[in-house]
This record gives sequence, C-alpha cells and structure tokens, in this order.
Amino acid sequence: MSTTNDTPARNTQVMNRFDLTSRLIAKLKNEEAVIGGIGNTNFDLWAAGHRPQNFYMLGSMGLAFPIALGVALAQPDRRVFALEGDGSLLMQLGSLSTIATLAPKNLTMVVMDNGIYQITGAQPTPGAAVADLVAIAVASGLTNSTWAADEDDFERLIEQSLSAAGPTLIGVRIDDKPGTGTTRRDPVQIRERFMHGMGVREPL
Amino acid sequence: MAVAEEKTSPETSEKSWHGIVLQTLKRNDVRLVPYVPDRVLTPLIKNLHADPFFTTFATAREEEAVGIVSGAWMGGMRSAVLMQTSGFATLANVLASLAIPYQIPLIMFVSERGTLGEFNYGQSLVCRTMRPVLDSLAMEHHTITRLDELEFIADRSIKQAVTTQAPVALILSPLLTGGKAFDK
Repeated sequence: MSTTNDTPARNTQVMNRFDLTSRLIAKLKNEEAVIGGIGNTNFDLWAAGHRPQNFYMLGSMGLAFPIALGVALAQPDRRVFALEGDGSLLMQLGSLSTIATLAPKNLTMVVMDNGIYQITGAQPTPGAAVADLVAIAVASGLTNSTWAADEDDFERLIEQSLSAAGPTLIGVRIDDKPGTGTTRRDPVQIRERFMHGMGVREPL
Repeated sequence: MAVAEEKTSPETSEKSWHGIVLQTLKRNDVRLVPYVPDRVLTPLIKNLHADPFFTTFATAREEEAVGIVSGAWMGGMRSAVLMQTSGFATLANVLASLAIPYQIPLIMFVSERGTLGEFNYGQSLVCRTMRPVLDSLAMEHHTITRLDELEFIADRSIKQAVTTQAPVALILSPLLTGGKAFDK
C-alpha cells in the first residue's frame, strides 16, 4: 500500500497549504470532522471557510493527531481528518504508534511538511534535511502512509482514505508561505461549536 | 494460582482502592482510559483491560493522552487519564493551552510518587512541583488518603468536572495505595 520508496519526498511537487486545505474542504459532504493543528495549519483551515465540524488548536503543539484520534474513537461512524505541521508532528512522534495500535479506520491524517517553523521565523526543523516523516509513520505501524506527488494525487489519496481498512497518513511537501487567515482566538466558542457540529450538543 | 486469583479478585477488588476507582468510572460512564503506566496503578490497569466496558490503552506521553481524551469529550465520550506524578509534571502546557481554556472536563488520576518513603531524589523533587502547578492554574485537585473517602471524592469530582466543564486531578496518595516500596 505504501509507495514511500517509489515516491520519495524529494520527488514530490511542492504544493501550498491553503490550496490543499481548500481542496480537502471542498470534498467534504458528510459533516466530517477536521482538526487543525497549531498555527498556520488551522489558520488555513479557518481561511478555507469555517464549518461547525472544524476544530482549531490554539496551543498544545503536536496534539492535532491525538485530538483527532479521540474524536475518531468517540464517533466511529464519522470520518475524521487531522491537519498537522511537520514541526508539530516531530513533537509527538509517539502518537503515530498509538494510532497504529488502535487502528481507527475513520481517521485520515495529513502532514504539511515545509521543513521549517514558518511562523517563528522559518528556522529549519531538526528533521528537515534528514528525516522522512512518511517513512517514520510507516515504521510506527501506519502502513497506509504515502507522500502525495501533486495536487491531483492528494485528492486521490483523500478519496481513497474514505474507504480504507485502517488509518491513512498523507504527507505533502508545501512551500514556505504563511497562513492565509487568522483564526478567531476564542477557545470556548471553538469547542462549543465543534460539539454542535459533532451532534453532541444543541445550541442554548 | 492465576485461576484462584481470578476467582477471588472481583470480590476483593470491589473493596480495594482500584476496585472502587474502576466501579466509580463505570458508574459515571467514563469509558475511555488512556494511561502512561505506573507500578502502583498496575492492578487498576489490568482490571480495566479485562473489562470490555472500557477502552484502555497506553500512550507514549501523558500530554498525548490529554489530547485524546479532549477529542473524545468533544465527540461525546467521557474519559479519564492515569499517570504518575512525574508524568503530571509534563502537562503544564497542555493544561494551560487546551484543557482549561477550551473547558474540557479532563479527569486525571495521578499515582503519587516522591513522598512518604521515596528513594529517588528526582522523584521527590518533581512531586513538589505538582500542587504548585495545579494551584497556579486554580485547578480543582484532591489528595485521596483514605479508602473510606475514595468513592465519595472520586464520584463527586467526576460529576463536578463534567457539570462545570473544568479539569480535576485526583492524587492517589501512598496512604491509600501503599505506594512504591524501596525494593526495586
């Protein structure tokens, strides 16, 4: 299933976070949950168009995948997407093994990899020159992990994940552009509206 | 011996600290229990795994477990995290940036190490950071020392966390659990 060896990171097209996020959101028709990681990842999710099923992380760097895992376990019939940056994922590599062990089939993870901490001044991450995050994911037990070669391939992999037998991880090489929008920093409203979006609560 | 243990354990565990914790979680519909293990927590973890009511599993880090239960809460499932004192010491960022500002009823059971017979100086130091961190964030926390108070404190605290949408830390004292003795 993995095509890591066939499509190494360096041969993939450099894409854009906002463009890919918009392509993902455009595909969602069934109130799928989307968890946006800290910083640019959730800024672009916000800019792609707010929906009640979006959750925006304003801190807790590295926890987009664990939060998404929790949603996926609580609602096995709902598709859950998680968008995470490469620097963030490096903080919580152990979570890949946890997800591989629990193997929720309704979870699709996207790693936005630009090799830098864009938001803090574009410093390279410790893994930028040497690490292959998709290979790390495969070695963590997430065998269905693949680099997207280009935008069309990304869309194809997203579609494919909808009927996958286990969790899917998609790596995308992205440019060094900052996020397009800025999420409104209101954690209580973000959480409450997300719970409405998940059908857990009714508005007051 | 294993068979004999299995036969007697449900009855004895009802009255043990870990039996009371398990039953209190169940009564409050707390189904998801990720943990980073601790020697003292072993019987609780074992019995959670043995009970199909619970989904319980190890995580690599405590903050990962906090992320998971935060997601589960927002998806409509109640959860609790088990950890040791030293694990709690890794949580200040996630408490201050996720659990508290997003109003997540994060329920934590912390097996207390570092006091009442600690043999590792580092453990005793890290233990001293726990309550100041909890207090600095104005978090609800209780140290449970007596078996006859355990059910009341745990049950009421879980209910309070859920209804007030605020985290709670339940610290399991060596006075309750026996702690980890100086043998290994």
